[in-house]
Amino acid sequence: MDTLDLARWQFAITTVYHFFFVPVTISLVAITAGLQTAWYRTGKEKYLRLTKFYGKLFLINIAMGVVTGLVQEFQFGMNWSDYSRFVGDVFGAPLALEGLLAFFLESTFIGLWIFGWERLPKLVHLGCIWMVVLGTQLSAYFILAANSWMQNPVGFRYNAARGRAELTDLWAVLTNKVVLVTFPHTIFAAFMVGGAFVAGVAVWHLVRRPDTDRDVFRSALKIGASVVLVASVGVAISGDLQGKVMTEVQPMKMAAAEALYETEKPASFSVFTVGTLDGSKEIFSIKMPYLLSFLATGHFGGEVKGINSLQEAYEQLYGPGSYKPNIPLTYWTFRLMIGVGMASAAVALWLLWVTRRGRAPSHWLVWLAAPLPLLPLVANTFGWIFTETGRQPWLVFGLLPTASGVSPSTTSGEVITSLVGFTLLYGVLAIVETKLLLRTIRGGLAGTDDPPDTAPDQPDKPLSLAY
Amino acid sequence: MELTTVWFIAIAMLWTGYFVLEGFDFGVGMLFRVLGRNEPERRAAITTIGPVWDGNEVWLIMAGAATFAAFPEWYATLFSGFYLPLFLILVGLIVRGVALEYRGKRDDAAWRGRMDLMITIGSLLPALLWGVAFGNIVRGVPLDAGHEYVGSFGILLNPFALLGGLTFVAVFVTHGAIFLALRTTDDLRVRANRLATRTGGVAAVLTIAFLAWAQALRGDTVSVIVTIAAVVAFAGGLVANLLRREGWAFIGTTSAIGLAVVSLFVALFPDVMPSTLDPGSTLTAVNAASSSYTLKVMTIITAIFLPLVMLYQGWTYWVFRKRVMVAAS
Repeated sequence: MDTLDLARWQFAITTVYHFFFVPVTISLVAITAGLQTAWYRTGKEKYLRLTKFYGKLFLINIAMGVVTGLVQEFQFGMNWSDYSRFVGDVFGAPLALEGLLAFFLESTFIGLWIFGWERLPKLVHLGCIWMVVLGTQLSAYFILAANSWMQNPVGFRYNAARGRAELTDLWAVLTNKVVLVTFPHTIFAAFMVGGAFVAGVAVWHLVRRPDTDRDVFRSALKIGASVVLVASVGVAISGDLQGKVMTEVQPMKMAAAEALYETEKPASFSVFTVGTLDGSKEIFSIKMPYLLSFLATGHFGGEVKGINSLQEAYEQLYGPGSYKPNIPLTYWTFRLMIGVGMASAAVALWLLWVTRRGRAPSHWLVWLAAPLPLLPLVANTFGWIFTETGRQPWLVFGLLPTASGVSPSTTSGEVITSLVGFTLLYGVLAIVETKLLLRTIRGGLAGTDDPPDTAPDQPDKPLSLAY
Repeated sequence: MELTTVWFIAIAMLWTGYFVLEGFDFGVGMLFRVLGRNEPERRAAITTIGPVWDGNEVWLIMAGAATFAAFPEWYATLFSGFYLPLFLILVGLIVRGVALEYRGKRDDAAWRGRMDLMITIGSLLPALLWGVAFGNIVRGVPLDAGHEYVGSFGILLNPFALLGGLTFVAVFVTHGAIFLALRTTDDLRVRANRLATRTGGVAAVLTIAFLAWAQALRGDTVSVIVTIAAVVAFAGGLVANLLRREGWAFIGTTSAIGLAVVSLFVALFPDVMPSTLDPGSTLTAVNAASSSYTLKVMTIITAIFLPLVMLYQGWTYWVFRKRVMVAAS
């Protein structure tokens, strides 16, 4: 493999890995903040215990999100220096805004929240976690604005003398129609992950240790499953809007999502297709007529452009070359994103049904508890793989091919070193983190009703939120 | 003032903030196993940086992002050129961040032992390598006409840069020890104070050698004056430490680190990455900069929000101003 392939693999691995922690962080901090607010308002102890329990799980998770995020910022310059030279003027601004407005907020107030339990007035302490929530939301917005600019570049002009894109309108970048639909889609999808996590952990406790803290975990189950359901509606609606915007600005991505080679009017959505290895011929498929037309254009009879005609059009526009992404990859990740996402909503609904009106969850439900938090996470991952590979061969759509962005001075040896290094390190950390999470989950609510430390400046006990 | 100059100053400020702040938490990270003789002492030492280290590290993220936005050419050349050191810095910061968060999450001596080792290595490695990196930025590196780094990893390990690395480590250790003396009580406080005296002497010698060499390479009158001020501040901090005036000692090392970083940036200006091959290939604040529109919007936004950030970060230090006591074991 050459430097380009290695750099792409590294970006894929480090980004997918980083995004295992991002959706959990975004949603779990908000759910924790909600629980703490419920405690503040009602004074019910169960909310305080849930706040501490899920708060601890959130902290274990965010630590990984933060440290893997560092790699993301550095590798633009390390592996993709020509990309950085080309887009820095535009892309750097939302990135800097993310740091200035979001990261400082998150990191500072999280410290205040962890260590401020007995030191800050209750309301101020509650405000701290809401500041962290605000920080995560802002962070998501700015980074998605930067990503959306790569999907649909706006608010810039091309400076031929400097060979780079230059910002002309920051507001246009921040209100890019792609980010306006991508942000809600990503946030709702994140809430499916967090809700499923809360519900899955609660089911596990209810089944395995039915007599321990039953009422508390019943509340958690209901809260978590409801979050999944509400969020799944949001995901569906925002995803539908996103599909229409995508068809408009990146028609090739929509065609690739469907492996639609010839333009169709009306177009049908294929649920499942077995094709030849290159994906250009289908052997067997299940199709839903008119659905793709609706998804793509909002009309059941709308025309959806096929891969072949788009390829021709792009050749005329950008010169010879292949403008097709990896079709089997986009086709399957698109379907898995939708399918797995729907499955997790169904599981959540079913969990609410079988535990309705105080019914006890049956023992074998534990088998659902384990995969439930993973389902939406997997759907999130497929969504990102789809949207990023669907943009290929472009790094910045229509402006900068992926092959032109890689660092010219970086050797493949250097990239191999860091690729292997990060992959090994991430592998080890995954084991450490999973073990710690499982251990903390198993520990349950023990210790969350301890009386607070009376000496305010003693280092806290290991079981509490602090060190 | 030109906006490119404004942003050069802004970047210098961000790095200064980063080294002043993360400097002491790196120091604590390198020291706490030596100073803390038992678990309660070690935990107390770690607790002094617990609420703030994460916020301190964001200064680095901000320095990186601001360089990307304001000087894309600088960001691209620096980050791709210093590939392996940056990779190792990332490994260090990852290992350290995870260990700081996880060490107290299990009540198990073997677990804590591993986390403690990770914190030490994760604090030492970035401290050392940032010194090497800054040494190389000031000294200059081989850049071709396209501003690409054309040297090898070995070139980065020149004597001047290595001296920079050692200086950073020694100064941060001292800064961290003084911070610990300021933030703890009893025995731990006394030992931190004594350790600062011992490492302070070494740090002072290294600092004088490194800064003088840097000035010989590319100093001007102003940078020489700032350098002298840095050395005086450091000496003042060490004297205050001898007198057990911990607050003054910390102000001394804080000012010394701040002034030293400023002196390096003053010496560097108007260049941002000097080329050792051909002066024409040197990256300057002007030819590395973003367009004036980008710089203008960023200036406005930063002018509004950076003071706010400093305000609430300052508040954190105020909230956690009390000394951390060692828990009875």
